Amino acid sequence: MNNTTMTTDPLLLYGERFESRLMLGTSRYPSPSVLIEAIEQSAPAMLTASLRRQTGSGGEASQSFWNLLRQVKVPVLPNTAGCHSVQEAITTAEMAREVFETDWIKLELIGDDYTLQPDTLNLPAAAAALIQSGFKVLPYTTDDLVLCQRLVDVGCQAVMPWAAPIGTGKGPINPHALRTLRERLDVPMIVDAGLGLPSHACQVMEWGYDGVLLNTAVALAQDPVRMAQAFAQAVLAGRTAFLAGTMQAQDNAQPSTPVLGTPFWHQA
Amino acid sequence: MPEQTIHVRINHAPHELPQGATLSDAITSVGIRPPFAAAVNLQFVPRTQYPLHVLQNGDQIELIAPITGG
Repeated sequence: MNNTTMTTDPLLLYGERFESRLMLGTSRYPSPSVLIEAIEQSAPAMLTASLRRQTGSGGEASQSFWNLLRQVKVPVLPNTAGCHSVQEAITTAEMAREVFETDWIKLELIGDDYTLQPDTLNLPAAAAALIQSGFKVLPYTTDDLVLCQRLVDVGCQAVMPWAAPIGTGKGPINPHALRTLRERLDVPMIVDAGLGLPSHACQVMEWGYDGVLLNTAVALAQDPVRMAQAFAQAVLAGRTAFLAGTMQAQDNAQPSTPVLGTPFWHQA
Repeated sequence: MPEQTIHVRINHAPHELPQGATLSDAITSVGIRPPFAAAVNLQFVPRTQYPLHVLQNGDQIELIAPITGG
């Protein structure tokens, strides 16, 4: 996207500069070509990817995806999706670092398979271990303020609270928690998971969030390429609005047209 | 005298390998192509260690490769 705001207002994570504030997942697209076009049209800062068991003929999809990642030349953010223990997350992160040749890791530690809610009690320990091993950890977390503070305390230079459970597309289900979190923490924060509409992305950016990470809302749109564009524009609009400073909402009507000189006015 | 073997699991599937087999041998036996990464018993094994990592009976080997993700 060619926009002045994007080039003069970079996203800074762990000291690295990103021109976009949109991070895009790579799953569930109708085809690899649609994914490529969605990437080209939305110019995301990073693409999320994962690792799964592959042997023999099952490796075709993996090879194809690997070639796609090399083609698009967007930094990869590997995830630890599906990990249920600290050790699983650490080992998966180490494996991802070797495969993708990056220290970035989206830390997912699942505590409940039904809601895919993060394991809030063990997440800080996993993050701490990974940071000690040199990873740049972006933890997927709930919107719990104290948990996010603990993640910062153990060295996370950014956190990624959910808007709603993964893949639901509900948008921010607890605006108060997200806004409180934004007010209380100074680190970069990226809303990850649960966004369904560009207006959701715009909303959290207006609240001062530093970026959004989404997948399903684009991949399952009827036209994913156009939706990727829409999200990129919404993120930019929300960010620009935040920088502009929004007006204070009023309880009572305030005429925007000057009252002085109103024609046909008369004392009631 | 029959060859001594060990029984391991590779991506949860049972495999029989000769005694003294290394992680390299296990990887060759399943025909996975790079890029991938390996772990044995939930511990990451760097690729430089594959030929040196001698497997034990009952080892659980994970070989994972890039896929799409959110």
